[in-house]
Amino acid sequence: MALLQISEPGQSPDPHQRRIAVGIDLGTTHSLVASVRNGVAECLPDTSGRVLLPSVVRYTGEGSGRTIGYDALSGEAADPANTIASVKRLMGRVRADVHNVDNLPYRVVDTAGMASVDTRAGEKSPVEISAEILATLRFRAEDSFDDDLFGAVITVPAYFDDAQRQATKDAAQLAGINVLRLINEPTAAAIAYGLDQHSEGLFAVYDLGGGTFDISILRLTEGVFEVLATGGDSALGGDDYDRALAHIALTQGLGAQAPTPEALSAEDKASLYAAARRCKEALSGDAVQSATLACPLEVGDLHIEITREAFAAATSALTQRTVQAVRRALRDAELENDGIEGVVMVGGSTRMPVVRDAVAKLFGKAPLTNLNPDEVVALGAAIQANQLAGNHSGDALLLLDVIPLSLGIETMGGLVERIVPRNSTIPTARAQDFTTFKDGQTALALHVVQGERDLVADCRSLARFELRGIPPMAAGVARIRVSFTVDADGMLQVDAVETGSGVKAHIDVKPSYGLSDDQIADMLRDSYATAEQDIQARAVVEARVDAQRMVLATQSALDADGDLLSSADRAHIDALMVQLKGVEHSNDAAYIEAQTKALADATEPFAAARMNRGITQALAGKNLNAV
Amino acid sequence: MTAEAPISLQANDFQLFDIPEQFKVDSALISQRWKALQAQTHPDNFVAADAATKRLAMQWSVRVNEAYQRLRLPISRGAYLSELRGAPINAEDNTAMPAAFLMQQMAWREALDDAQGDLSELEDLADQTRTVKGEWLSIAEQAFDRDGDTAVAVGAIRALMFIERFSKDVNQQIDALTDATNP
Repeated sequence: MALLQISEPGQSPDPHQRRIAVGIDLGTTHSLVASVRNGVAECLPDTSGRVLLPSVVRYTGEGSGRTIGYDALSGEAADPANTIASVKRLMGRVRADVHNVDNLPYRVVDTAGMASVDTRAGEKSPVEISAEILATLRFRAEDSFDDDLFGAVITVPAYFDDAQRQATKDAAQLAGINVLRLINEPTAAAIAYGLDQHSEGLFAVYDLGGGTFDISILRLTEGVFEVLATGGDSALGGDDYDRALAHIALTQGLGAQAPTPEALSAEDKASLYAAARRCKEALSGDAVQSATLACPLEVGDLHIEITREAFAAATSALTQRTVQAVRRALRDAELENDGIEGVVMVGGSTRMPVVRDAVAKLFGKAPLTNLNPDEVVALGAAIQANQLAGNHSGDALLLLDVIPLSLGIETMGGLVERIVPRNSTIPTARAQDFTTFKDGQTALALHVVQGERDLVADCRSLARFELRGIPPMAAGVARIRVSFTVDADGMLQVDAVETGSGVKAHIDVKPSYGLSDDQIADMLRDSYATAEQDIQARAVVEARVDAQRMVLATQSALDADGDLLSSADRAHIDALMVQLKGVEHSNDAAYIEAQTKALADATEPFAAARMNRGITQALAGKNLNAV
Repeated sequence: MTAEAPISLQANDFQLFDIPEQFKVDSALISQRWKALQAQTHPDNFVAADAATKRLAMQWSVRVNEAYQRLRLPISRGAYLSELRGAPINAEDNTAMPAAFLMQQMAWREALDDAQGDLSELEDLADQTRTVKGEWLSIAEQAFDRDGDTAVAVGAIRALMFIERFSKDVNQQIDALTDATNP
């Protein structure tokens, strides 16, 4: 747990003591951490000067038990079953949902909640594996600044569903990172790009990473990034191009009796895919017409030439899937492709000429590639993190993002009733009334799903819960209002209430795939990152941090809008602040929490009055310059 | 406690956006007000704030988005305005429409069936729908904003709902066709 630095009471924090806030791009093939230093966003290098961290964890069974990044990658060919690459594809998924699962060089098994990887160190969940990568980046940032991290903005593919977002948040928590916000990768790229180029107008961000594809259409106006529509495929990326290439290489090199890549041993799979990746990268070079794919395999050595045309033919179906997703996003945004000012390319896979050509043809203009496609997402996240942490002093930027997939409820006959349509701006809340099916029905089973199809079976199941204790009534008489609330991270909460009797049920959509707080606590106890801290001490530290945050937040609210308070209210709040500061060093977590809550309760009407003032000013146009 | 403004979460969409309570709106102004209000209320502004402020920001930001969604599109704006004027649309319960309008709808449905796979016929149909939609929009505006005839206005909004559903079907077929012919 990172402690906040707080100055003496009543004084503003030292302007040089900035909160350390970073942007993290947790990618399928590699991950990065970036931060704003001296007004400029930059990626933080490791001690060898490399900014990319391969998203690979190898469980070695010796020393600390695992290696991460380049060290893990170098062991991949020799020890594929214990070297986990592309773990992002498993996040928030059960085994059956993972595309090409039998083709992975490591063994994926079903465990409670989501798929896990069976390694020599036991079953490891994708959340734990991702947490290793995130903790490595956290330590890199803390070493760079020689200070604790205040918080991070972590990017996720725009097309990630609720379960995948929750898994990402869980991983960050496990790595001891305070998540300021989850933001969508294409939106992050647009921030970096838009601020860098001072662009205005409509932009498309085409983001093809190692394992995910996103398309977002945005309108940029004076610091406002408004996402009009988003779409994509959370299981399509550069890895699939490698696999397609590996497939034709086997046939071309070993003839008709060649085995499929799926039938190879784990070692052969790993070396074949690595060779395919190298060949693909070579083919992306300027004016390269063909490249060699060479690798020794148990089933026979491969040494063949692959031409650009052969590669394009083998992968055109993949590229075509991205083009169709782009068309749908344009339709959702009610735009034609000629209204687009520029197309920003993001993700290492957009280096492939086949992809650039397809995008240029679709939009009728060359895509923009002037920012490094590997770094642009992390840079945008860093800019947003800097602002959320309160370090930013210039013009504010405002992100208005959307949810990628519709959210709904299962109704009779396995049909989906959509409650929040896709591309709704977040945060959002929608409600709809439902009723009972049978006479005397006293309970209602609610099944929350996400997706665009009309049948429940074709959508992703997010959560099931029950509303019990409905008074018996004739069928169709009860009025059950189901409310969906999606917060600024894109995470869903569902409430149900029978409006006649007031019977209520509530669920944070989490237990289906996410981890319970107990599971997180167990993992934290075991985890390397926080091994020295015991849970009790942690609770005290957290209570103190919350108390300090509350004092700081109240003080800055009083400084800004203290004139809204009557002198009596002001005196009451001042007294509670003094009291809270007095118990800050207590070792009794419950006591500190109670004092924090007392101040929070007392300032609630003040907060409402402040919000009103802000809104009035917004309408009076006083803050239009800041928009 | 001295509150500066009487604006509450219960204010109606038009009051919240400080625009005249009428059918005709200035889209650019709505969009500008939306962004100005979000710049004040969006949870991103309150990441380091106390829990009460965070909760309040979330409520306001949700409320502002809700109002924007409703005001932005003529059909939802019209339905909302009808409700404010005491004549809710009740779209599900009340499907009675003038015979002439229903005849036109049936003719369109037949034309859509006949146009299967013919892109130019589908585009023609889409153009026709757009024209008729424009006519009903002017009727709604006249009734709401000049004649104050809510009954006529409600009829126009319900007609627009029918047309919207039909044009969605037309667009779906056009999309399916263009996806298939643009490999």
